[in-house]
Amino acid sequence: MSASLPDPEKLVAAMAEQMRGRLAKDAALVGIYTGGAWVAERLNRLLLPGAPLGLLAVTLHRDDFGRIGLHRESRRSQIPFPVDGREIVLVDDVLHTGRTIRAALNELFDFGRPRAVRLAILADRGGRELPVAADFLGAKVDVDSDEDLVLSNESGRLRLAAVKRPA
Amino acid sequence: MSPMTRSNLQVGPDGRLRHLLTTEGLPAELIRHILDSADQFVSVGERDVKKVPLLRGKTIFNVFFENSTRTRTTFEIAAKRLSADVINLNVGASSTNKGETLLDTVWNLQAMDADMFVVRHSQSGAPHLIARHVKPGVAVINAGDGRHAHPTQGLLDVYTIRHYKKDFSGLTVAIVGDVLHSRVARSQIHALKTLGVPELRVIGPKTLLPAAVERLGVRVFSDMAEGLRGCDVVIMLRLQNERMNGALLPSAGEFFKCYGLTAEKLALAKPDAIVMHPGPMNRGVEIDSPVADGPQSVIMPQVTFGIAVRMAVMSMLGSQA
Repeated sequence: MSASLPDPEKLVAAMAEQMRGRLAKDAALVGIYTGGAWVAERLNRLLLPGAPLGLLAVTLHRDDFGRIGLHRESRRSQIPFPVDGREIVLVDDVLHTGRTIRAALNELFDFGRPRAVRLAILADRGGRELPVAADFLGAKVDVDSDEDLVLSNESGRLRLAAVKRPA
Repeated sequence: MSPMTRSNLQVGPDGRLRHLLTTEGLPAELIRHILDSADQFVSVGERDVKKVPLLRGKTIFNVFFENSTRTRTTFEIAAKRLSADVINLNVGASSTNKGETLLDTVWNLQAMDADMFVVRHSQSGAPHLIARHVKPGVAVINAGDGRHAHPTQGLLDVYTIRHYKKDFSGLTVAIVGDVLHSRVARSQIHALKTLGVPELRVIGPKTLLPAAVERLGVRVFSDMAEGLRGCDVVIMLRLQNERMNGALLPSAGEFFKCYGLTAEKLALAKPDAIVMHPGPMNRGVEIDSPVADGPQSVIMPQVTFGIAVRMAVMSMLGSQA
């Protein structure tokens, strides 16, 4: 099953090529924990070497809080640059329902008012429940509706896998 | 009530926090969950927009049967930063004077669709009583009951210690002063024990230490110099003047001589020891101003962390169906 899934390291390289020359001069990358942060670190190295990278934890804006409670998450959002008036590229690993992106936008706006926000996604698995689309995309990936598409980081090497969702 | 029943009351069968009444019997895993969550809420306080929507649409009643402006304020800020609606009730001054019972007061507020009660009462056990009689899904936080417990203060203190010392496993912690009247000290002792602090000391005159305090697993010192030696953390307690009837102490001045924290005494602890105090401080009684305002003091960060820890507790309680 996962043999047919693309190599995320190659997808990141392809994304960087798409993005090169299409980012504003003041653009900054912001990765969403956990997988999005790994992808954003790589893109930042390729596109904006030496530039500070933002990281977002979206727990506090999740919409499933009322159903499943507070997610255990000790990582904090860290945006080591002013957000106001700037172009921000949000980076995540897998785009599914779009709810994480909605939460990330809310979290981002708690830090200021960006001039524009773009979305860079490693893998789009479909199944959107909100009007969200990627501006930059590594690949569309087909997985069964009862599976999660999961990015892992094994000693610095990214890997995509389709994992049966626990019932 | 046995500790077992108490812990069942505050922890559900699924292991989730249902009420926060005491740190006694609170599993280490839950304490760590609260502290980890608080990390995120500290960062909320550092942003442009110091508000997150987790408790939007929830109603929280701060029901204070005993006055405390500061504790009530920190709970109020915590709830407001979580977007809850907060109602402050100083009940001591109203309904109970008209003869209403504690539970009638609570049931009336519950009929106004309260989701959470933050309760302070001079009687030990009052928050437990309320927790046993509210509807399922309504949560109770003990904001201090008698001499019994003040769990959010205990938790913010362990949060502060973890922030500065990273790990509890090698620490020597001393709690100094009026332990007898201190619900804060009890909450600290239970939480620190559960988290595995190997050396926990209480320092104070025999008249201000509870009978058989050693049974809590602490070493007892009546000589402050001896007790402070080698400490990583020194927690000063407020001398509770207003609770002290009778001749427990010769005078406040005498107390300062023996148990007040001065720079000379602090020098006996480790050079990187931190100094804590739950507030409000009596300068010149239990703590000298140069120490309270000195480089080893983390008393103001305690206040800031207190908001984050209360946000963590409220958001864990506020998500129950």
